Amino acid sequence: MIEFTIDGVGVEGEEGSNVLPVALENGFEIPHLCYHDEVSPYGACRLCLVEVERGGRRRMTASCTYPVQEGIQVFTDTEKVRKARRMIIELLLARCPDRETLQELASQMGIEKPRFELREEECILCGLCERVCREVVGANAISFFSRGHKREMGPPFRDPKVCIACGACVYVCPVDCIKMEETKEERTIVRWERTLPMKKCKTCGQSFAPWFQLEYIKEKVKLPKDFLDVCPDCRG
Amino acid sequence: MTGCHGFCERGPLLVINPQKLFYQKVQVEDVPEVLSETIEKGNVIDRLLYVNPVTGEKIVHEDEVPFYKLQERIIFGKNGSIDPTSIEDYIAIGGYKALVKALFNMSPEEIIESVKRSGLRGRGGGGFPTGLKWESCRKAPGEPRYVICNADEGDPGAYMDRSLLEGNPHSVLEGMLIGAYAIGSNQGHVFVRKEYPLAVQNLRIALQQAEEYGLLGEGILGTGFDFSVRINRGGGAFVCGESSALMASLEGQPGEPRPKHIHTVISGLHDKPTNLNNVETWANVPVIIDKGDQWYAQLGTEGSKGTKIFSLVGKVNNTGLVEVPMGITLREIVYDIGGGIPGGKKFKAVQTGGPSGGCIPESLLDIPVDFDRLTEVGSMMGSGGMIVMDEGNCMVDVAKYFINFLRDESCGKCTSCREGTQRMYEILNDITEGKGKRGDVELLEELGWVVAEASLCALGGTAPNPVLSTIQYFRDEYEAHIEEKQCPAGVCKALIQYTIDSELCTACGRCRKACPSDAISGAKKVPHKIDQEKCVKCGMCVESCKFDAVKVQ
Ligand SMILES: Cc1cc2nc3c(=O)[nH]c(=O)nc-3n(C[C@H](O)[C@H](O)[C@H](O)COP(=O)(O)O)c2cc1C
Ligand code: SF4
Ligand code: SF4
Ligand code: FES
Repeated sequence: MIEFTIDGVGVEGEEGSNVLPVALENGFEIPHLCYHDEVSPYGACRLCLVEVERGGRRRMTASCTYPVQEGIQVFTDTEKVRKARRMIIELLLARCPDRETLQELASQMGIEKPRFELREEECILCGLCERVCREVVGANAISFFSRGHKREMGPPFRDPKVCIACGACVYVCPVDCIKMEETKEERTIVRWERTLPMKKCKTCGQSFAPWFQLEYIKEKVKLPKDFLDVCPDCRG
Repeated sequence: MTGCHGFCERGPLLVINPQKLFYQKVQVEDVPEVLSETIEKGNVIDRLLYVNPVTGEKIVHEDEVPFYKLQERIIFGKNGSIDPTSIEDYIAIGGYKALVKALFNMSPEEIIESVKRSGLRGRGGGGFPTGLKWESCRKAPGEPRYVICNADEGDPGAYMDRSLLEGNPHSVLEGMLIGAYAIGSNQGHVFVRKEYPLAVQNLRIALQQAEEYGLLGEGILGTGFDFSVRINRGGGAFVCGESSALMASLEGQPGEPRPKHIHTVISGLHDKPTNLNNVETWANVPVIIDKGDQWYAQLGTEGSKGTKIFSLVGKVNNTGLVEVPMGITLREIVYDIGGGIPGGKKFKAVQTGGPSGGCIPESLLDIPVDFDRLTEVGSMMGSGGMIVMDEGNCMVDVAKYFINFLRDESCGKCTSCREGTQRMYEILNDITEGKGKRGDVELLEELGWVVAEASLCALGGTAPNPVLSTIQYFRDEYEAHIEEKQCPAGVCKALIQYTIDSELCTACGRCRKACPSDAISGAKKVPHKIDQEKCVKCGMCVESCKFDAVKVQ
């Protein structure tokens, strides 16, 4: 275990872990948007900024990608950190003014209205959907494309052909901009424009998942051929 | 044919050795005469000589040209004496002597100590001490180790690395060989941007020749040292020059910077110890080993040793590549080497360090070229871009130009860098269009602070420099745009008006013919007038008037 301090309080973190999860486990509040336990940290939103003092040098850095190290001092709530986070949220809110998550964070930080011209984006480009799709699902259906202010997230070449419509991205998106619509016959991931037919359970006749997804899972996990023909409820 | 000599302004150049006879602006038609007159009879052809623009005197020999006089061309000067596609040429001027010395007379540790003592710092932008980097990489656990040459050079207007690779590829390769031996690496990569086909071609020839000569491959020069080099071509993204993005790109991943809390010398390419240096850094290595670190360390200042190659461009008489000893003042570069500002205009600023460097005003022209001093004044050494600006440049417009480049070239990962540079651009654009508001300058400063402090890599870390430095040194120009809706330099179209001074106008009609939108009226002997409604502010009238009668307000 690596020992260090957060806001003067001694804490311990496992070797190889980063500061943000350790801080959160210990009850420190650090706002964050592009971090999720289940996928690797990426450091894109820059909201989880903290100041770290190490070897006499103090600098501001993203805590989600900063590895825990013996004896470092982490400060989560300095004037500098608050000032930077406020501007980050102001920038994000100006980009995506109607996202509730951002509105709440902004109002907590005392921002009423961004000083920049408002745009109408929904996605904050945190990259969580891409990471969950690649690292957890393994489908690699979406990715970042273009750079700088033209950056976007979506299926490569705007063709969602390998998306299995599992909905993992819907679940992780911190600003709720990936919508899923489901009928008895089909499921649509609205943002990626992917619609797939649903598979009906052989026993009860209810649709329970997009068939493409089930084929994909069978392939990956090497399940018996007919294992996914019945829904989890009827499998008993 | 040799590589670039640096004096672009007067090219194509011809130097006849051993006399060092210097001809400039030589055309194909001049060649027979050069052969019959100069080569056969030894006569100097007057018309091809360079005329000193200040004194009007004709100059016969290369080393008397003021552009070269103050330069110290220990790295770049060899370009002029060899055919870059001939390894024999390189060997004839002492090439690979340093490699022989390193392999047979020095241990890897001794080489590293020598590079440390020389004081060499990286020429790619960061100025990190090269010897220290090599040492950390040599000591890092894990095999294999990689050495990489960074030839991504994406700064607009910069071409020193290109000229080195095109004009003297063996010097870069020799540096890499010495470095690889010192670090304990057998695999090298050269990452070249795809816009440099000649550099790739000449490097490829150099690699092949070196292999034929037993200078590359297995058992180099009969020793147990193996080394091979691969050429990788970058897709032309500026950010791919950043070390971690470059390595990601080499691995076939998106060229995006990664956090470097664990240094790339420990875990770089394929998570193995990796030493990355810039083209020019590598080219310095043979000189240090050959002439000795003591000799090398005499050149320069306390904290910055050796020479630096700059691409001197913009509003300066002698544009080109210049190699100067560290410690030379900016004034000497601009006035003595660069020959001052053309057209009798007044100097305004010099921007060093590439797109994210700062603009340095007249009052600081006497500071020495030195990594730390340039940073102190809000700019940086960068990789060596140097753009001179005169009174005809609007500093708000200049800041907008660079931030526009950076908002396009940011990888877009960090909120602060992506959104921050975009918003800075929007505000600057508003100011140049006469829509600036009180408080904009303060908002730019606030944004600049966050972009620099909160972003992951050095692109974001330095992106606000052009804006913050122009605010620091030319705040009055920002205020004129915002408060008075005026552009003092007469550049920002929305804020200027062209009018014709009826006293000076001779009614020659040139401007009337030049105007693309028929905005100028007048007749013989009737002073001309500009219809402001129709004027598109292209400035053609100003250019066409021989009597200085068209005024910018
Ligand atoms: C946005 C960005 C672009 C860069 N481009 C280059 C480049 O084109 N060439 C280069 O040598 N270094 C470039 N660098 C610096 C490299 O990251 C790295 O510091 C350098 O190659 C190390 O070599 P050195 O120690 O010899 O300078 C760039 C850095 C940043 C942040
Ligand atoms: S869609 Fe949602 S999860 Fe994906 S990058 Fe955008 S904000 Fe992040
Ligand atoms: S600072 Fe800019 S260029 Fe660097 S990683 Fe962040 S977004 Fe990309
Ligand atoms: S949570 Fe750390 S940068 Fe987004």
